[in-house]
Amino acid sequence: MTAPILEGRNIVRDYHVRGGFLGKARSIHAVKGVSFKVERGKTLAIVGESGCGKSTLARIITLIDAATSGDLLIEGNKVDIATEGLTPEMRRKVQIIFQNPYGSLNPRQKIGEVLGEPLRINTDKSAEERRDLAMRMLNKVGLGHEHYNRYPHMFSGGQRQRIAIARALMLNPSLLVLDEPVSALDLSVQAQVLNLLADLQDEFQLTYVFISHDLSVVRYIADDVMVMYFGEAVEYGSRDRVFADPQHAYTKTLFAATPRATVESIRARLARRRAA
Amino acid sequence: MTDQSAGEGISADVDIGGRRKALIEFWHYFSVNKGAVLGLAVFVLLVLVAIFAPLIAPHAPNEQYRDALLTPPSWHADGRPEFLLGTDAVGRDMLSRLIFGARYSLFIGFVVVVFALFSGIILGVLAGYFRGWVDTLIMRVMDVILAFPSLLLALVLVAILGPGLFNAMLAIAVVLQPHFARLTRAAVMAEKNREYVISAKVAGAGHLRLMLVTILPNCLAPLIVQATLSFSNAILEAAALGFLGMGAQPPTPEWGTMLAAAREFILRAPWVVTYPGLAILITVLAINLMGDGLRDALDPKLKRS
Repeated sequence: MTAPILEGRNIVRDYHVRGGFLGKARSIHAVKGVSFKVERGKTLAIVGESGCGKSTLARIITLIDAATSGDLLIEGNKVDIATEGLTPEMRRKVQIIFQNPYGSLNPRQKIGEVLGEPLRINTDKSAEERRDLAMRMLNKVGLGHEHYNRYPHMFSGGQRQRIAIARALMLNPSLLVLDEPVSALDLSVQAQVLNLLADLQDEFQLTYVFISHDLSVVRYIADDVMVMYFGEAVEYGSRDRVFADPQHAYTKTLFAATPRATVESIRARLARRRAA
Repeated sequence: MTDQSAGEGISADVDIGGRRKALIEFWHYFSVNKGAVLGLAVFVLLVLVAIFAPLIAPHAPNEQYRDALLTPPSWHADGRPEFLLGTDAVGRDMLSRLIFGARYSLFIGFVVVVFALFSGIILGVLAGYFRGWVDTLIMRVMDVILAFPSLLLALVLVAILGPGLFNAMLAIAVVLQPHFARLTRAAVMAEKNREYVISAKVAGAGHLRLMLVTILPNCLAPLIVQATLSFSNAILEAAALGFLGMGAQPPTPEWGTMLAAAREFILRAPWVVTYPGLAILITVLAINLMGDGLRDALDPKLKRS
């Protein structure tokens, strides 16, 4: 039994909307008391429809925003950025990869600078060392040395996502939050990036929190699955249990909404249509 | 083998040739725009003329030839060959005064734009980045400045500071600076919530680094265009202040002051008004063309390779 890398206990996040000229001030409960636990080297997938609080939770786990209440533990240490701030060591432990590979890279930074920046801020490595590390990381994510001096706009979406992954890994984090990392990519590239993520997880013993609404992707990569619905975790368990025996009505609807392309399912659909 | 050679090529870039290579790259993109190159050529010519004014000018700018008041340009029937562009109402050579005037006009434009750009960017970045009461305080002050007609405010400021070229430049910088602050704030607000900024924050970048290294370079394109337009504005407003006796004082061969002093002779001796006006027009046009090309060359999204 290994200690959990990430643990959330009863995490709540409210947003306060200020009243306008006539409107009243009100608060929106984006996340309503979510608890979870992820062990080293495992993947927790968070599934849910748009606006259910997935990305809010991702920002809390990545230590960008503070939770309104609840405890967040990273490697067994309690982290509270609202009151205590954030130490550089903590900052290095959690990194994030965003959905849109076109927005997540600074258009004025060459790839070399993109990869070197985290080291430059957090370590006192020399320019030479930074360049070597960046080169090695480029190779790891399947890019070449010739890409070091290029700008982000010269790359395709899949390549940019590889660069974003490389940047996230530069500081050797133990936890990586992936906020729909493949939903902006086309299918063949999705598979490549997912395989890359799986390989990197084995190599560095990474822990993933994988946010997605694509169930086939979740089935491929996740160990545990949490289903969120209007800010609440309505289903939480191992992948096999959740997929084999969904308990909550929303989970069942979600699985039923997955398009199926087997011959039987197409026949069944045609039969239904004829009957109707 | 290939890996090694690629690595060496890059270290050479970083160590010695990086700056020069960047310059060559910049020139490649800049030279695509023919108008910009023309603008740059005219601007460089003007700067050279301003620097070597004492060597080029045929006469001293303030020397009066009492026998040659309002002489027409030399190609006219009663023009004189030693006064190529004619003389003004007190017999001073127009060409020499224009050549020396380039010094003043370029200097005024440059100093005003640097002042306005600097303070405007600082205020705009602070307002756009921190929002809240900082934003409110800064932008309301900017609104108050913008609410005054610019020339009137500059006049008031010069009246308080005392007439003279330097005070006029300061006053014009204060008047032009809210435009820069507004532009910077808008651009910073647009860029601030982009994912690459959040990524830099997650990588551990502090406020200062986020503001100046991550966000600001992505906001420069509109500022460059505004700076070039302000350059011309600055020259014109300095001329207007000079005309009202609050800017460059009369014997100074500043283009705007020359223009103002010559307006009573506009019908009898059109050349005393035409040539300073043309000088301002050409300078402003050249700088605007150059600014346009600069923006295209500095924006990586427009680069192809």
